[in-house]
Amino acid sequence: MIVVFTVTLAILAAAALLTMVRLLRGPTTLDRITALDVLVILVVCGVAVYVAINRDGSNIPLVAAVALIGFVGSATAARLVERGERHR
Amino acid sequence: MTVVDVVTAVLLLGGALSCLLGALGLVRFPDVPARLQAATQPQTLGMVLILVGTAIRLEFESAATLLLVALFQIITAPVISQIVGRSAYRAGTLRRDDLVVDELADPMARDDAPVRDEPPDSGRGR
Repeated sequence: MIVVFTVTLAILAAAALLTMVRLLRGPTTLDRITALDVLVILVVCGVAVYVAINRDGSNIPLVAAVALIGFVGSATAARLVERGERHR
Repeated sequence: MTVVDVVTAVLLLGGALSCLLGALGLVRFPDVPARLQAATQPQTLGMVLILVGTAIRLEFESAATLLLVALFQIITAPVISQIVGRSAYRAGTLRRDDLVVDELADPMARDDAPVRDEPPDSGRGR
């Protein structure tokens, strides 16, 4: 069973790496906001896998909090960008 | 390996692969709205699969909270896409040659400031 968790975490790490590529290379701010939103989702998935490994529910508020904050952060940043200067 | 373990393994691996495909799409797609699609749909599916795969292993109360987080993500993903997509359209980070039809361009559908293709004088923001 531990192999499954290790492989899952490895795949999530690879996805995080790809997202970092977009985060660093993204020409416009909106790309970076999208990449950060994906990173938040990957963090939530990682914590969920950790909860699955240990079978204890003590970390579940963390999962909920990160998901909520990720959404609010992305929405606010996107609204902020729209009011600001040009983005090429 | 009980049945629960097998189902959890399948769900976790499927969710992780979906997240990976989403991240791959995020890197490969040409412009912001396309990347948005890659950033929300497969990621949300991956997250839901992983959360369900985790919820199976836990007792009912924790599982209910996890499924609530999954439901929350399903609801908010379109909202994020809409907000960022609107900013992307208005900020002009859209690649016109890729567009088949631009429904937002005709003035009827526009709610306020028209899209400026040529760079405007800066600092005129609302």
